[in-house]
Amino acid sequence: MSKLITHAIVIFFLLFLSACSDKALNNPYSQADENGKIIYTAFSERPKHLDPAKAYSSNEYAIIAQVYEPLFQYHYLKRPYQLEPLLAASMPTVTYFNHEGVQLPVDVLDADIAYSEYQLSIRPEVHFQPHPSFNEGLHTKLPADWKGDDVYSLPLSTRQLTSDDFIYQIKRLADPVTQSPIAGLMAKYIVGFTEFSKKQAALKKQHPALRKTQRLQSESMWGVKRIDALHFSIRIKGKYPQFVNWLAMPFFAPMPWEADEFYSHSYLQKKNISLDWFPVGTGPYYLRENNPNRRMVLAKNPNFHDEFYPTQGAKDSREKGLLNDAGKKLPLTDKVIFSLEKESIPYWNKFLQGYYDSSGISSDSFDQAVSFSAAGEVGLTQDMVGRGIGLQTAVTTSSYYMGFNMLDKVVGGYTEKAKKLRQAISIVVDYEEYISIFQNGRGVPAQSIIPPGIFGHIAGNKGINPTVYTLQNGLIRRPVDDAKALLAEAGYANGIDPSTAKPLVLYFDTMDSGPDSKARLNWLRKQFNKLNIQLVVRGTDYNRFQEKMRNGNSQMFMWGWNADYPDPENFLFLLYGKNAKAVHGGENAANYQNAQFDALFETMSTMDNTPQRQAIINRMIDITRDDAPWLWGFHPKAFSLHHAWYKNVNPNLMANNKTKYINIDPTLRQHYQATWNKPVYWPLAVLLLIFICLLMPAYVIYRRIERSTAL
Amino acid sequence: MINYILRRLLYVLPVLVGVNILTFVLFFVVNTPDDMARMQLGDKYVSQAAVDNWKAQRGYDLPLLWNEQEQGFAKAYKTIFFEKSVGLLVFDLGASDNGRDIVADISQRMWPSLAIAIPSLIFGVLANITFALLLIFYRGSYLEFGGLFICITLMSISGLFYIIAGQYFIGKLLVLTPISGYAPGMDAVRFIILPVLIGVVGGLGSGVRWYRTLFLEESAKDYVRTAKAKGLSDLQILFKHVLKNAMIPILTGIVVILPLLFMGSLITESFFGIPGLGSYTIDAISSQDFAIVRSMVFLGSFLYIIGLLLTDISYTLVDPRVRLD
Repeated sequence: MSKLITHAIVIFFLLFLSACSDKALNNPYSQADENGKIIYTAFSERPKHLDPAKAYSSNEYAIIAQVYEPLFQYHYLKRPYQLEPLLAASMPTVTYFNHEGVQLPVDVLDADIAYSEYQLSIRPEVHFQPHPSFNEGLHTKLPADWKGDDVYSLPLSTRQLTSDDFIYQIKRLADPVTQSPIAGLMAKYIVGFTEFSKKQAALKKQHPALRKTQRLQSESMWGVKRIDALHFSIRIKGKYPQFVNWLAMPFFAPMPWEADEFYSHSYLQKKNISLDWFPVGTGPYYLRENNPNRRMVLAKNPNFHDEFYPTQGAKDSREKGLLNDAGKKLPLTDKVIFSLEKESIPYWNKFLQGYYDSSGISSDSFDQAVSFSAAGEVGLTQDMVGRGIGLQTAVTTSSYYMGFNMLDKVVGGYTEKAKKLRQAISIVVDYEEYISIFQNGRGVPAQSIIPPGIFGHIAGNKGINPTVYTLQNGLIRRPVDDAKALLAEAGYANGIDPSTAKPLVLYFDTMDSGPDSKARLNWLRKQFNKLNIQLVVRGTDYNRFQEKMRNGNSQMFMWGWNADYPDPENFLFLLYGKNAKAVHGGENAANYQNAQFDALFETMSTMDNTPQRQAIINRMIDITRDDAPWLWGFHPKAFSLHHAWYKNVNPNLMANNKTKYINIDPTLRQHYQATWNKPVYWPLAVLLLIFICLLMPAYVIYRRIERSTAL
Repeated sequence: MINYILRRLLYVLPVLVGVNILTFVLFFVVNTPDDMARMQLGDKYVSQAAVDNWKAQRGYDLPLLWNEQEQGFAKAYKTIFFEKSVGLLVFDLGASDNGRDIVADISQRMWPSLAIAIPSLIFGVLANITFALLLIFYRGSYLEFGGLFICITLMSISGLFYIIAGQYFIGKLLVLTPISGYAPGMDAVRFIILPVLIGVVGGLGSGVRWYRTLFLEESAKDYVRTAKAKGLSDLQILFKHVLKNAMIPILTGIVVILPLLFMGSLITESFFGIPGLGSYTIDAISSQDFAIVRSMVFLGSFLYIIGLLLTDISYTLVDPRVRLD
């Protein structure tokens, strides 16, 4: 027995020693992952897809936008947002055609344009990352002795990027097997997309054994043409200037057919090694390790083409130190480690210990991190300043709004009565208060559908919504009395519904019905109480809520939208009649249909950003402010913290491939980590002492019991 | 005993079929195949054609339980229920609705769960039994009252508090262990110390009181008095005789959960960033991934039945009087 105990003690100490080294006891990284130009960050849930044809969430883009490169990207520093070539050699040239296929002059009327053709040229000398799929021998057979799950232990190779890779990816978008979320949208624009999709479905049915690569390559898409190895064209229906923004998204990143072929091995599929999990791109990094349950590691792509840190930026870029690395070859770091961190509390604590480079600010830690001056200016607390932490804020290109279902008999419709009811509600729902209570002040009350940073948004006093606000020594919300007067004009004097002689009852549909949302919903009820309107909250689950929205069965709801690209069309289309959700299955959740607005939208959507376009947008905004199909809600403000060693942080809400610009000072990080993570042993000694003190009376009682007689 | 085991194993089949039917009905009462498709395809730009395509590719375009459009037996087997259930009975869990192989996911994620669960169980049981026996030893003294008071205090505190407080004091203030994270191999030791310690301390209150009840009942029996009359010390009686005779209820509690250990713990794994199976099922329910839900419920039921069988067998090992016929 004593031998067993001795062995157990020896094993315990061996284990303890094996876990010890000269690094801090709480360092979560292995020695191989320390002290280099490494970015430490985290993910809270595993991405659903890493295939650029399928991925469409921010957590997916955090990975794939560093691996895949589309033709264009948003300039990292310049504002307003500006597209520039990435894999493209230059910006595209666009030619217009009529229905007969005759080329039209550049200044032709939009109505005469039947097709637009984008001529695209790609950069020469771009190579894919090293990957086994480029060894064609591995397509048919994997080495017999390879039983691992690390594809990078197989012989690696590469090849030059060609226009075929872009065309192959567009075919993948159309392939019904891929199930790309933008397939439906692209079918409206790319010529031949729908036909190709149908042919692929038929081929798959007729020849189920046909390999995917063969199937896709056996047919061509009429609107997408290869000119040569470095040139191709895409023909779209009508004029759609925003198409170039789509070409800047990972959906249109080139895909080598070899990757599809390689990952079709059944052995790899059984191991969950697929193109959806192990990307093959041309970007600054490649996904070296992918365990979506623990961590993902991006390593520097040794084949990355020449790309340099911008030498020009916005007016204040130099003052902010954002041009210190100007002209340096990208990427500026060697590795990015994404660790699984599901909960915000451990993430925050590890950020404070220096084991994550940057962090958002959850409500729990907001007071610890942020303070407001007497003038209401946002700043960091002394503790954060002392740690050398920096704060970055940016109003996001998003809108969170409350919508009225315009098909509803009470709040919907276009009569003066209905309009005044909506306007009255718009005045009393105090979004300034909402932002202050529920967003910790992180938001800007919206004056219209277009958020700041997007063309069409007018800042300052000129841009206020007169339906809701007035100018009296600054911007203030119109008084409740104005709302009451509007309500009376709407036929609900003092909030009484004449048909029942009782307070008007309105219904708010939400899937936010848990205990966390109780305070928010109570606040909302109070806003309606200001008008003596009784708000009934109809809580439901996600599925039923979506169903109600699709069928137009809701009365009021909350919804949000993040910009796909920085163009007002991407917001104004949310109120375009032909996008009405319940009628046409589009993204217009309020089912707003105004012929005048729609006509203006059709004109505006194909225009360049000119004063004429601004004038049209202003008219559209005026119409919607008057009709009030939404309570415009707010645009969230993103707050992020970063350590002193984390350089070149610049809020760019459109770019997803920002990681390559980030620089790290590993020496500074090491210094801070060592300072902040010195183990404290004395409480252990105190605990031991307490334990010994407890043993004394135990021993006394033990002796007493042992000496006592049975009877 | 062989006959008994075979008979028990045969009972497994109807139980598993019943569990499968129940899971299927409960899942599809809440979610329709259209809902599942929309959840997988995301919120933006999803058309009905895309939804129909998603369903067709995964076999969710069939009727749920009865296919009126088919003839004969095909009415029953050309249904979602049959097609999604038949593989389970031969332990072919297939792929998730997201396309990932479920067996590969489970085999990857079960090891971190086991790395936490096994030491937590072993140290937890040892600590619980030891403290429970000591409370019996010090019965009637203020040490027992003090011990019971501490037990009730420990029981009254939420499990989440232990985790947050443990991370704060040991990981943040004392800086002795990583706050969260995981590494494979021997490096895992650094990461599992804190969750195991918290698991053991968090379970101490209820565990000690439960074992104390068992031992109290046992210590009132005649053989204890006889042993005492023969001159054995109290400690010898407790740790050699009472413990041995109380093994049946102890085994009932432990063996039955052994096969389920690999299923992990949702909260512990979430807070410590352990890449285990704890959140696998709950994540699947949130994302409406029926393939994972049915597989995990099926596997859970099967392992529970196996656990009960193992418990019965273990009785024969600790008590020669028990015979399984």
